[in-house]
Amino acid sequence: MRREGSAFQGLGTVVLKELSDHLTSMRIIVIELLIVLVAFASLYGATERLRDTTQEDPFLLLKLFTVDRAPLPSFIGILGFLIPIVAIGLGFDAINSEYNRRTMSRILAQPIYRDALLLGKFLAGLATLGVMLLCLWLIVIGYGLFALGVPPGTEEILRSLIFLGIALAYCGVWLALAIFLSIVFRSAATAALVALGVWLFFTLIWPMLAQFLAQLIAPPDLAYLLRGLPSPDTVEWQQILARFSPNQLFGECVLALLSPTTRSLGPIYVEQLQGAVMGAGLPLGQSLLIAWPQMVGLVAGSIVMFVASYIVFQRQEVRA
Amino acid sequence: MSDPVIAARGLTKRYRNTVVVDGVNFDVGRGEIFGLLGPNGAGKTTTILMMLGLTEVSAGEVRVLGQDPVRSPLEVKRRVGYLPDSVGFYDQITAAENLAYTARLMGIAAGERKSRIMAALERVRLQEVADKRVATFSRGMRQRLGLAEILLKRAEIAILDEPTSGLDPQATHEFLEMIEGLKRESVTVLLSSHMLDQVQRVCDRVALFQGGRIVLLGKVPELAQQVLGGGYLVDLDVTTPSGVDLEAQLRTVPGVTAVSRFGQFRYRLSASRDVRSDAAAVAVSAGGALTHLAFEEASLDAIYTRYFQKQAAATGGTRDAA
Repeated sequence: MRREGSAFQGLGTVVLKELSDHLTSMRIIVIELLIVLVAFASLYGATERLRDTTQEDPFLLLKLFTVDRAPLPSFIGILGFLIPIVAIGLGFDAINSEYNRRTMSRILAQPIYRDALLLGKFLAGLATLGVMLLCLWLIVIGYGLFALGVPPGTEEILRSLIFLGIALAYCGVWLALAIFLSIVFRSAATAALVALGVWLFFTLIWPMLAQFLAQLIAPPDLAYLLRGLPSPDTVEWQQILARFSPNQLFGECVLALLSPTTRSLGPIYVEQLQGAVMGAGLPLGQSLLIAWPQMVGLVAGSIVMFVASYIVFQRQEVRA
Repeated sequence: MSDPVIAARGLTKRYRNTVVVDGVNFDVGRGEIFGLLGPNGAGKTTTILMMLGLTEVSAGEVRVLGQDPVRSPLEVKRRVGYLPDSVGFYDQITAAENLAYTARLMGIAAGERKSRIMAALERVRLQEVADKRVATFSRGMRQRLGLAEILLKRAEIAILDEPTSGLDPQATHEFLEMIEGLKRESVTVLLSSHMLDQVQRVCDRVALFQGGRIVLLGKVPELAQQVLGGGYLVDLDVTTPSGVDLEAQLRTVPGVTAVSRFGQFRYRLSASRDVRSDAAAVAVSAGGALTHLAFEEASLDAIYTRYFQKQAAATGGTRDAA
């Protein structure tokens, strides 16, 4: 049965309304202040370290993103950690708050489809995160110019812009997860707790579990063990399992793009390094090629999560 | 009915194993105020949601303004206004902003929006609080704001789900007046409620829901005839000297079908004609002091209560949980 009219009717209205809600909500302002503060701290740490090592580096600006100085993590370390929190903060009450405020049936009685409401909320969340990331990006570039006095090259700008896109895809995964949970659970508190639980699972528990499971699936080879080396099979399995976590995918993408010297994201054999000029960066195209599967994985992850929310939401009863 | 704007035929809604609405048939004519009555959980809200295409129809069909809400929900929702049961608004923004959001969703042109919003707010007497946050609004004000949304839409049909529940008498009175105002503009109103006296006051016809079915449908006087039998109820308060059995004497008045006594003084006569003068004569000649004589119109309340009593009696009182 075909529906009459466009599923996107009213989409723009919903996006604008949600965007204005996000940008004026205290919750988001506090989170963003927090991020900016921590980002500045880590940037300061990075510049201090970069000043110490004055060796020639064609990608000095990118180092601002990746270099850390204990006890502060690097800029991308902070992002990998905080992006999920912000995304969950934006999405955990997206749908259930409409039920709890009893606005859902009133809004859906207007001439729009549910599609527009759900997609509108997702896009508005993504736009908010996009604005936030863009600001952070500008801060880093501006601070780099100011503190290091090195003008950024074209490739550096390109790489960091692509990094911005990847970060947005990473946001998308967590935002879609949070919205999914906001549909499944009527209580916003439950949705938030479950979302944070998933986040905790993927940041802390899954890396350990991946290692453990990999050793179960492919027990370490004695021949390698005696030489004090990890067995290739075990390492490969561990990586496969770890990549189920969006955090891992994000980390690998960022590594490939922002550290141009990265030649592989998996185990590498000595033979494969024959003829390689150690320490020389890869061209942008090659770096992209390395990270391509991870990038596709992140985008696909957000699409899958969004589709799941879509299916559940379409079948949900309107009455609270 | 020449021009039904809502027509339901065998409308049914099932959730897994339970039937919530069971083969409901009714027509609502243009400009009518139609009441859906019944206890909570009788299927009123579900019927309304099916009319708006907000929940799927399991069997049967419903036509709203000639459209099928399942196939063309946008067209239906463009022309029908809905005030849900205990309506909610975005508390952190103002009344006018809330309406501005829905006005955009309705697709009202930007130039017209502001004037139409203000006009709607004025109609429900909220123009002074247009720029106040909805968080500060009382329940009555929220309901009126919901009505303003329907006015803003210039809906041809207004569907109001329990619009007066939880309102104080003054607010209820005002709200019912506004509903009558809608009728004067030939807006069809569908009203669901369990507040019987209010429904009786404004509704042209009513449908009584029970267990997902319509058990009674028609104008209130017709239903009275059907359920209460006689149609005339006369109450009289008489203080009688001891030893006089006024109840038996009243029963002999021609036309009286039943007499029941409440307390010491009050007698209620069910009759097939107006027996006031005859009954008064009997009471006075029996030596009683007549202090009150009233002609009670058949109230929906009486119909409702009597209907469920009859039901219970017919099934031996085993269906009390229905």
